[in-house]
Amino acid sequence: MRTSYDVAIAGGGIVGASCAAECAAAGLSVFVAEPNVIGGGATAAGMGHLVVMDDSPAQIALTNYSRNLWIDLAPQLPADVEYLKAGTVWVAADAEEMAEVERKRAVYESIGVRAEVLDARALAEAEPNLRRGLAGALRVPDDAVVYPPCAARYLLDCARKRGAEIHVGMAARELARGVMKLSDGSKIAAGIAINASGAWAPELTPGIEVRKRKGHLVITDRYPGWVRHQLVELGYLKSAHSISTDSVAFNVQPRKTGQLLIGSSRQYGAEHASIDAYMLTRMLDRALEYMPGLAGISAIRSWTGFRAATPDKLPLIGPCDADPRLYLATGHEGLGITTSLATGKLVADQILRRATAIPFEPYLPDRKHEEHSHA
Amino acid sequence: MPKLSVNGRPVEVPAGAMVSAAVALSGESRFRRSVTGEPRAPLCGMGICFECRVTIDGRQHAKSCQIPCEEGMEVRTDA
Repeated sequence: MRTSYDVAIAGGGIVGASCAAECAAAGLSVFVAEPNVIGGGATAAGMGHLVVMDDSPAQIALTNYSRNLWIDLAPQLPADVEYLKAGTVWVAADAEEMAEVERKRAVYESIGVRAEVLDARALAEAEPNLRRGLAGALRVPDDAVVYPPCAARYLLDCARKRGAEIHVGMAARELARGVMKLSDGSKIAAGIAINASGAWAPELTPGIEVRKRKGHLVITDRYPGWVRHQLVELGYLKSAHSISTDSVAFNVQPRKTGQLLIGSSRQYGAEHASIDAYMLTRMLDRALEYMPGLAGISAIRSWTGFRAATPDKLPLIGPCDADPRLYLATGHEGLGITTSLATGKLVADQILRRATAIPFEPYLPDRKHEEHSHA
Repeated sequence: MPKLSVNGRPVEVPAGAMVSAAVALSGESRFRRSVTGEPRAPLCGMGICFECRVTIDGRQHAKSCQIPCEEGMEVRTDA
């Protein structure tokens, strides 16, 4: 093992993996330290939904850029990444949510994202297992789903082919001013050190505004065709964006295997990884409101994970003012799989002082935070 | 003596028999396919191994060794 690299990355989740792949592709020497297993944190816990989100202009820009990178990458992905272009269906329960469908469609149209409005009948035909009486939906056909741990492994394989060193079972204990101190006591000198340790990033970079936001998921046995799209309730906009309270939302997605992922829940202040029965119950009750037939479906496993949440719902990507050789690549909350590829590009572009495809300033770690308030 | 069908074939079983017995009586030895396409059949007979799963009246992944036969049931195996 060398002791000096252009780039040293703490964290082998999908964000660290994407940073490694992009830096290595640019010819930089790369070292990655992953304390547990590749993609074992939020990467393994999430659904793997690749989705354009329109919470803020900066979020639209990042998710749209990154989802397009996934579409470009899809033909090269190995089969076990399970890329499935199911398309998102944003389900509107009532007239108020149908107004949101129209607003959302206009936003997507303005950025070149295909989207079509489904009325109640078209929605029932598209997803026969949704309950009757829903108002309609917005279908975004180019959204997709992947199996994220294998995507992270693939990106690290790409980095490794370009000479990157990936060390699993090795934790970064300190990360500052061009030095990564490792759990075995050794030190790596790096031109740029990147903190890509997700919800655990504040342990390496104290004081950054990243908090753990716990989520639950359930996976079912294989029911091919039972759900065809990635179904998300538009009420999600009311619940997921509430920054302080625990919430659940209807979110059911098919995997390529025919299994269904059932979510979602969001909690602050829950540090333990065990299942919170009351949250799981709330989450499943919400899912049953939209898909009563789920009651006859066999669930095989449930688990939790921790999203890395920031106050303004945007990730922290780029150098820190106080230590310009320390980059952050964390705070992706529930969009880390989608935005991982763009994050790698933005990091490599900034390190190499290349032009970025989208403005990078909204994601800089020392930007001014503005608390979003959502009705 | 409930009468039911297994993959469209009529089967008559003693009262109290489990669906797994009806499938076996029908001559079908393959209850389901594994993830990699291999044939599977009941192993434990007590609801633990999940290898006996069949579709009963449209409900997939039903554990046939734990469900008593009922008159008119339509059972389908996936092998």
